[in-house]
Amino acid sequence: MKRRTLIAAALAASTVMAAGAAVAQDGIEIVYIPKNTGNPYFDSIVAGFEDGCAELGCTFSTTAPATPEATSQIPFITAQIQRRVDVIAISPNSPDALNQVLDRARDRGILVLAVNGDLVGNEEHRDAGILPVDFTKTGPNQVELLGSMIDYEGEIAILSATTDAPDQNTWIAAMNDVLENDPKYENMELVATVYGDDEPQKSTTEAEALLQTYPNLRGIISPTTVGVAAAAQVIQSAGVADEVELTGLGTPNQMRPFIKDGTVEAFQLWSPYNQGWLAAHFAVGVRNGDIEIAPGNTFEVPNLGTVTIEDKNVINTQAELTTFTAENIDDFDF
Amino acid sequence: MSGLGSFFLRRREAGIFVMIVIVALIVGAIEPRFLTLETARIVALAIPLILIAAMGQMMVLVARHVDLSIGSTMAFSSIVAGMMFRDLPEVPILIGVFVAIALGAALGTLNGLLVVLFRLPSIIVTLGTLSLYRGLVFLVSDARQVDPQFIPRSLISMSQTSPIFDIPWIVIIAFAVAFATYLFLGHTRVGRQIYALGSNPVAAPLRGIKVVPITLLVFTLSGALAGLAGVLYASRFGYVNPGITGVGFEFTVIAAVVVGGVSINGGVGTVLGTVLGVLLLGMVSVALPILGVSAFWQDVFNGAVIVAALLIDRAVRDRSVRALAQARSSA
Repeated sequence: MKRRTLIAAALAASTVMAAGAAVAQDGIEIVYIPKNTGNPYFDSIVAGFEDGCAELGCTFSTTAPATPEATSQIPFITAQIQRRVDVIAISPNSPDALNQVLDRARDRGILVLAVNGDLVGNEEHRDAGILPVDFTKTGPNQVELLGSMIDYEGEIAILSATTDAPDQNTWIAAMNDVLENDPKYENMELVATVYGDDEPQKSTTEAEALLQTYPNLRGIISPTTVGVAAAAQVIQSAGVADEVELTGLGTPNQMRPFIKDGTVEAFQLWSPYNQGWLAAHFAVGVRNGDIEIAPGNTFEVPNLGTVTIEDKNVINTQAELTTFTAENIDDFDF
Repeated sequence: MSGLGSFFLRRREAGIFVMIVIVALIVGAIEPRFLTLETARIVALAIPLILIAAMGQMMVLVARHVDLSIGSTMAFSSIVAGMMFRDLPEVPILIGVFVAIALGAALGTLNGLLVVLFRLPSIIVTLGTLSLYRGLVFLVSDARQVDPQFIPRSLISMSQTSPIFDIPWIVIIAFAVAFATYLFLGHTRVGRQIYALGSNPVAAPLRGIKVVPITLLVFTLSGALAGLAGVLYASRFGYVNPGITGVGFEFTVIAAVVVGGVSINGGVGTVLGTVLGVLLLGMVSVALPILGVSAFWQDVFNGAVIVAALLIDRAVRDRSVRALAQARSSA
């Protein structure tokens, strides 16, 4: 299992790295380790890094395990420490499994950035966290979007990724919080939170079970790209788009057919590209001594304006989620 | 010893059949909604890919080999078919299906060649090609997924529409494959030779069985069926991702086949048993979420059902062996 993962990932990585290595010759070397290969979402972050480095003259490469398991990134981080890169940007698969190996990287003077997802509760093991959006607003934004589709009334369910996915768990906690405490949502009842493990078959079965177990279900929130696509397919197959509203976090390319045929009215996300773009500018700024990492400090990023370093060295790429509907989906290609 | 019931109970499949009934009754008692046609539809849609690949895996196991590479083979066929639909949209779907099957067959033949040419254990060969083929998936696709907008609508509707009795096409195809496998294994000379080879590989050549062609054949069929499962994957899920498609698929399939009474020591196994094994595991995978079993416990229950099914199977087999011995000694 492990061996297979390594070989597959190495093969995949070698092609990607060969492409990335052509970008620049000297200066700062940045490597980005996404959760896993083949995930179109992370390709957009990579594109942001590439364009950023093309502009700033840094060297960029990317490498990743084949599967998003808690520990699968460790050998990749170790390899980059041995390569003596200047910056490791990583979208962590686990909030705590990487602590030791990231500490080792930082001991060697490598700048460690959590990108897209943070080491929640273990922020001291990275230098800064570059997040897509103010994550405290993700859960409430999703509840509000679904609420507006179902007139703030009825049974709803959540279809998540794995039980230990740190980002999803943060958002789900926030969803639970607003559903319980905000009177606006008092007529919305969360009847189930289920986990599709970011696997198409499992996500599909869980979504089908939701429809069957809760005949009065009015809406599903699936804050994960695999889950929301699987749930959309289930709702489309079952022909219940009129009865059950679906929203979640998805990529425009993945969700386009479901928006076009009316299965899904709206879903949300942020710009993964901008995260890569921002991370490249931030990393180079820190390395050159132009940016000092401390809460309250600000810096400028072309196209994004003034960016503030917040508490726990968190940097939010944008404030609110972007909502995709039939009107604007064709403006995006990722 | 007469009557349909006793005939059935003396068959090897009795244990697994009992298990299916027990699970259905227990789950139905806790959650009556489980015993509905809607659940049957969900189960039916959860198993076609597994069932198709299980037919191939079963033949490989009967020949006393194993094919661990099917998940990657499926992914390779799936991604190439998907890329074809994306880059050459005017190509008819049937061509895509054919290409997927042919590519799967080619990868399967390569497995078989490595096994017969170098006399390597198939478990090692296919462990290697499991990685190799997954690597090829990333290479040919440039690690990029084929998005839903490129999968032909008519292919997707094979998992949604039905020609008869509301049974989706994809389910009918899977059972047609199972029936064809049944005819092939039980009613052709080559089919019977697969059993003979697996029961005693040493004696097989002495009995005039051509070991090399038969070995190549089972691996080719396993690959071809994994390839068919690959294009149906695109139909079922509506997109093909190089990193997700078919990961861990081999474990699901082998578990179902073995639960269905196919021996990993070769020579033993039936299509009916394999179908029941797939059905049982599919049923459990649907029952757990409907019962609201927490995600933490689902793996535990899945594993427990596999072990229980194997124990029941063993008990039934021991009893029939004893009965056979008794019948002989009294004769």
